[in-house]
Amino acid sequence: MTRKDQNFYLGLLVPATAVLLLFIAAPIVHSIFLSFHRIIIGLPQLKTPFVGLDNYRELLNDPVARHSFWITIIFVGTTTFFELLIGILLALLIHHSFPGRGALRACVLIPWAIPTVVSAQMWRFLFNDAYGVINYVIFGANTSQYIPWLALPSTALLSIVAADIWKTSSFAALLILAGLQVIPEELYQAAKVDGAVVWQRFLHITWPLIRPALLVALLFRTIDAFRVFDLAFVMTQGGPADATNVLQLYGYKKMFVEGWMGYGSAISVCIFIMVMVLAIAYVRMVGRRLLEASV
Amino acid sequence: MMKGFLKKFLFIIGVFLAAGFSLAPFLWFVLSAFKDQTQITAIPPQWLPSFSMESFSSAVTRYGIIHYLLNSAIVAGSATVVTITLGTVAGYALARLPRRWAQIILMGILACAMFPQIAIVGPIWRFLRFMGWLNTYQGLIFPYVALTLPLAVWILALFFREMPEELEAAALVDGCTRLGSLVRVIVPLSAPGLFTAAILSFIYAWNEFFLALLIMTDPARQTMPVGIALFQGEHTIPWGEIAAASFITTAPLIFMVLLFQRRIVTGLSAGAIKG
Repeated sequence: MTRKDQNFYLGLLVPATAVLLLFIAAPIVHSIFLSFHRIIIGLPQLKTPFVGLDNYRELLNDPVARHSFWITIIFVGTTTFFELLIGILLALLIHHSFPGRGALRACVLIPWAIPTVVSAQMWRFLFNDAYGVINYVIFGANTSQYIPWLALPSTALLSIVAADIWKTSSFAALLILAGLQVIPEELYQAAKVDGAVVWQRFLHITWPLIRPALLVALLFRTIDAFRVFDLAFVMTQGGPADATNVLQLYGYKKMFVEGWMGYGSAISVCIFIMVMVLAIAYVRMVGRRLLEASV
Repeated sequence: MMKGFLKKFLFIIGVFLAAGFSLAPFLWFVLSAFKDQTQITAIPPQWLPSFSMESFSSAVTRYGIIHYLLNSAIVAGSATVVTITLGTVAGYALARLPRRWAQIILMGILACAMFPQIAIVGPIWRFLRFMGWLNTYQGLIFPYVALTLPLAVWILALFFREMPEELEAAALVDGCTRLGSLVRVIVPLSAPGLFTAAILSFIYAWNEFFLALLIMTDPARQTMPVGIALFQGEHTIPWGEIAAASFITTAPLIFMVLLFQRRIVTGLSAGAIKG
């Protein structure tokens, strides 16, 4: 490739790179910068003094932030675990070749395609304390026993976890399916000839070979679960008593409802750092696969 | 013989469980759009709707959802067009640059897709306010382009890589310019890849809520997800109208999933696994 060719191709990268730099890279750097300042949106006359690490110091001693952190960790852990579990089952089903496979794949994709806001309203309706179908399924027509799922601190987080599992298990299934599709059929046939039964074939062929895809799904789902916002915003507004006040929602409230731009930025930088550690692992894994595939 | 039958039976149960898990909650919710208020809140539940269209007409006349729908279509449509244009040009360059460079750049682009939105919204909001772009279409379109570009570039770069370079060489000999050969030769041959990237970008932009909530505070500019999230009734929660609006918002997506299921499946896994 001549130098002229290279310059031409690099030139083609300019517009996309410019958009990514302007709307993603620069804002992150700017967030870090803002987190060292005291900025209150409603009070511009206070200016924006530099306060060093004050926001971070305050954040460490903020009981609500600490609570949010643990809530988010619980949310990420439980949703990711169940999404991968259901994801494996769904992937095995939709990998199987049978006449209705296309239709089943489309069905499984529907929760993924639905806007999160719509699924949040849907679950709010299903979990309703007076006429929700979930209460009806559990307690029948005996309304006195109905549980106000979204109004109790003990069940509100559970409800949001359930809504997220429903919404994103199918995405996990697709990532795992991609792993299943590269397993050669001959392996199963050879194992069959050797007399391996279903669970032995799963344990010794499927499981070791989908582990890389599973790891990709695990990292991707973990990263994504850290960004949970829509479900908590619509279903509970972070309540009751902060029981579902996940980190991104807390950061949003500090920044845009209360107007503490500097403090909110400190929260968002902390979320960013947590996610970035996972993201680097993810990008390296996927990147290496890309290189291997291209050799 | 018996064992084969049992296996088949278990498999069929699995298929029905998977389909029920995916569809039942949403079907139940959407049924409310075709019921009146007393039917919606009845215990025991009324399984069969009365097919009253009241919720739809009220959602249109009293809540003006056509307006939200129009905003969504403008924002998601424009974002998709811009993303695909920029993504095509960048993806093509990445498919032709030396592998080592392309890989590093692709990894950087992928990292951009991993960032939590909260880490960028503060500065984006300040930037848009500075530009006077809060409550404007372009104020939402540009961030959406940035958020959908990474996956689009990935899909397209991997797709263009499969196109032999001899194609462009032939076009250049025939007197095409370099960009001309991209537009006239490569793009028409890559329609499936472009289409996949476009569907995924569109679904993302159509469904996005967090940025839309912050940037569009004026109801006249709000998109459908914001409208649905902030739905307010006078005394009770207007479930019929919410379900009707949800149905209208989701219908195009379900339509796409049914038609393009195969493309969506391959497109999504491209960003994660395939090389």
